Amino acid sequence: MHHQADASHIGSSFSCVEILVALYFHVLKIDPAKPKWPQRDRLILSKGHAASVLYATLAHRGFFDPTRLNKYCQDGSRLLGHVTRDCVPGVEVSTGSLGHGLPLGIGMGLAACRDKKSYRTFIVISDGECNEGSVWEAAMFASHHKLDNIIVIIDVNRLQAFGSTRDIIDMEPMADKWRSFGWAVRQADGHDVKSLAKNLDSVPFEKGKPSVLMAHTVKGKGVSFMENQLAWHYRSPKKDQYAQALEELDRI
Amino acid sequence: MRSAFISMLMALARANKDLYVLTGDLGFSVFEEFQKAYPKRFFDVGVAEQNMMGIAAGLALSGKTVFVYSIIPFVTMRCFEQIRNDICLHQAEVKIVGMGAGLHYGPAGPSHHATEDIGIMKSLPGMTVISPATREDTRQAMQQAVKCKGPVYIRLAKTQMDFERKLAGQRFRIGKALIWEDGRDVTLISYGRILHKVAMMKDMLKKKGFSVRLINMHTLKPLDQKVIVDAARETSAIFTVDEHNISGGLGTGVAEVLAQCPDQVFFRPFGLPDGYIKTAGQSEYLQNKYGLNEDEMTKTILRDLNGVRRVAKV
Repeated sequence: MHHQADASHIGSSFSCVEILVALYFHVLKIDPAKPKWPQRDRLILSKGHAASVLYATLAHRGFFDPTRLNKYCQDGSRLLGHVTRDCVPGVEVSTGSLGHGLPLGIGMGLAACRDKKSYRTFIVISDGECNEGSVWEAAMFASHHKLDNIIVIIDVNRLQAFGSTRDIIDMEPMADKWRSFGWAVRQADGHDVKSLAKNLDSVPFEKGKPSVLMAHTVKGKGVSFMENQLAWHYRSPKKDQYAQALEELDRI
Repeated sequence: MRSAFISMLMALARANKDLYVLTGDLGFSVFEEFQKAYPKRFFDVGVAEQNMMGIAAGLALSGKTVFVYSIIPFVTMRCFEQIRNDICLHQAEVKIVGMGAGLHYGPAGPSHHATEDIGIMKSLPGMTVISPATREDTRQAMQQAVKCKGPVYIRLAKTQMDFERKLAGQRFRIGKALIWEDGRDVTLISYGRILHKVAMMKDMLKKKGFSVRLINMHTLKPLDQKVIVDAARETSAIFTVDEHNISGGLGTGVAEVLAQCPDQVFFRPFGLPDGYIKTAGQSEYLQNKYGLNEDEMTKTILRDLNGVRRVAKV
């Protein structure tokens, strides 16, 4: 998709593949045949620049024909480079500007509470995204209102747009920050689908509290020359790189 | 307008169990009654407008109709990108109510003045923008905002015009201006509480022998183009009055219509200058000082009409 479209953000997509696989293939109560089923769990990919992995996961989960993925970022296509609501079945909201997904998800979670519905709302955010003040405005609100139907997964790949999160705005100790904002925090290997699924199957981590799972990941995971390389926030693989990446990924 | 707003909000909430209200910690002495009657549908989200708009959009995407309330700069500018991406892009049923039209919060200073809000709200695709002048405008705007699809911005002030005159058979409809008085020589177009001054200007012009058309353009978007084109065809000069910066206000909107209109007409927009008002004063004082004095505006109009008369339409 990225190779054909010459599109950026492949590293950001690769860091959250297993997170989305764990959610869509194990955790979420969804029905690909009924994408608007009112009782479905909601998933918001707040790091909307990783749109390609969301589209690919939805296609392989049966929401639409995977051949449509070839249209990603192509002229005239609706599969945009940032997540866009209803561009394919199963996409809940449009994102792309960071710090929007959590407030949106909380609105959905509040509606579930008031309507006495059991669906949960999962929001995938990135560690760099936690620089945004709106994330913390929302974090305060969710715990104040005891929204234990809200689950945040942070893709902690330790790189943001201009360098390492440590060097740019050091958010550590991140877990303590969320805990002090009233959230129940757990940690997991963000590339271990079993561990992710096991943790996410046991939400809420504490009754009466929103849950946050810090998923520790590697940006560009799975392709040796992309792993932990900031440049792959921007680059798209050329022909030979594409061939090598496919070969490496096939070996996994 | 504030009492009309809250009483209509109560009535709408009674009729619609999916109506929610969010406030950014403002509305003291406004929302107490609502909060008491509908505690499950009222949220003070705290001083956090970005979060408030995102939550409003999330609720709206889950089938709710959501009113959000705060002072105008906080509810339009602080969270502008949330309004754009979360609300407008999703065409979510969120109705934004801003308090403090124009220089309403005069002595509070420019942080609280609403002088660019219409321009920025108008620029958003799919956004309806309404600025009521009377209690009845406010009630109708609220009621019709709920029926109107997608996001709406309603610009309020605590005070309003006390009188209301309109030609028989006219009803408030979003996007359709109210002709308060008909006339053949000059057209005055305005909106919101400043209309009381514009009505005085109309009386002064009439005393000078002019037949004046007075239009309440309560909806700034979508703009009633027909009423403007008619005025261009049927009268010799059009004047707009904005309690807002000239740039981005009603004047700009009318100019856009006139630029495409085959009928030649003299046009002058009155409004606030392109700057921040750093002088203390009640709104009446500031209006008078910054270009919205009814006597001064009338003098300018008379001067303009002198010139226009020489090429007057027959």
